[in-house]
Amino acid sequence: MSSIDTSSEGGGHKKGPGVKKAKKHSTRIDMTPMVDLGFLLITFFIFTTTMSSPTTLKLNMPKDTDKEEEKNKAKESGALTIMLGKGNQVYYYEGQLKVDATENNFKVTTFKQIREIILKKKADVISRYVRNVDCENDKLNLWKKNNIEGKFLSDAQESCEQKDLVVVIKPNSEATYKNTVDILDEMSICRVFTYALVKIASVENELIKKTEETSGIK
Amino acid sequence: MPSVKMPRHNTDTDMTPFVDVAFLILSFFMLATKFKPPEKIPIKTPGSVLADKLPENDAVMMTIDSSDRVFFSVLSQKEPKIKVEVLKKLNTMRGLNLTDAQMEKFKNIYMVGVPLASLGQFLDLSAEEQKTYKDPGIPVLDSATNEMVWWINASVAAFSDRGIKLTNFLLKGDGESKFPTLEGIVSAMERNEEFKYQLITSLEGVPTSSELDKFNKKPKGK
Repeated sequence: MSSIDTSSEGGGHKKGPGVKKAKKHSTRIDMTPMVDLGFLLITFFIFTTTMSSPTTLKLNMPKDTDKEEEKNKAKESGALTIMLGKGNQVYYYEGQLKVDATENNFKVTTFKQIREIILKKKADVISRYVRNVDCENDKLNLWKKNNIEGKFLSDAQESCEQKDLVVVIKPNSEATYKNTVDILDEMSICRVFTYALVKIASVENELIKKTEETSGIK
Repeated sequence: MPSVKMPRHNTDTDMTPFVDVAFLILSFFMLATKFKPPEKIPIKTPGSVLADKLPENDAVMMTIDSSDRVFFSVLSQKEPKIKVEVLKKLNTMRGLNLTDAQMEKFKNIYMVGVPLASLGQFLDLSAEEQKTYKDPGIPVLDSATNEMVWWINASVAAFSDRGIKLTNFLLKGDGESKFPTLEGIVSAMERNEEFKYQLITSLEGVPTSSELDKFNKKPKGK
């Protein structure tokens, strides 16, 4: 196809000894090698390309000095403590931990069900909320002061109606990083605004250990 | 009687459109490709629904791998020299007695995962030896020997010398790593009075009809 014709005879075009005719070159180029190379490059780029660029999840930790204040602020009625243990197990209690002969609010659940529990708690807090215009105005002023754009009255209302809701997240030493990120992610999925990552108390850890033993979680 | 002439079909197909498309795809992939920096250890990050962009400059990254080893890297593609400056700070801060030649080599290292005591030894290895070197990880678990404190401190100091306030603290953890390692890094950050993190995650879809989903679909403003 693309080979250059070098033979002078065999064409049957020669008319005479003095007649020289310009060689007819084919205008078609063999594109096969180019296409080959093209596809080779496509395959190379398909394999090396990273389509899902990593994203980031922002996390702000409280200063130690703020912590005591925050703790006192958290109303018992709006507090939900979530603990993470091994084997992707989730434990939780509402308000204060009460484990004795008469009462036990320490419960076991899984990652699948925790969303419902968070949402139930949130709905519970919201149902007790009485509209507070001062709180809404405070929020709006704060956003204005810090030049945070894209916030409106509806955002202020949303944030005020759940101002008593505090979720405390306590992973124990056997919880994985994935569990921790998942539960933080659950906070953004459920739109819970106040949450904290706190070190687990030894009482809670013992309860987890006990539950793990009785239900045989590995 | 005239014979019926069969129309002659050309056996050559015109490949031009085909080639056009092929090169279009090729150019797309060439432009879309972003080469990953060489990673010695594979990290499987957990997913999250939040999608903030990842900064590439003026950031430090702390990495936790699946066996709880901790690595530290300074991300600054614009100014690779800053890495050396971080190490220089660290050298004077902790009295590591590293030579200038050793510190210069640090420029080519993407991630460091050795205790300060064996840092000089690690830098003396050739590039090939470093690739096969089994990093023990930076110790973080014990508050007395938490060396991440110094790495963060040195980075903040080195960046502020250039008039940059270091605010991008990236944390990239493997899903299988355990919480105490994360806690060790958190306490190292706290000792440096730094409280803001960005956890590197891979993007996940928002679950349908969840609160966040409803919020995203709601028209803005009121």
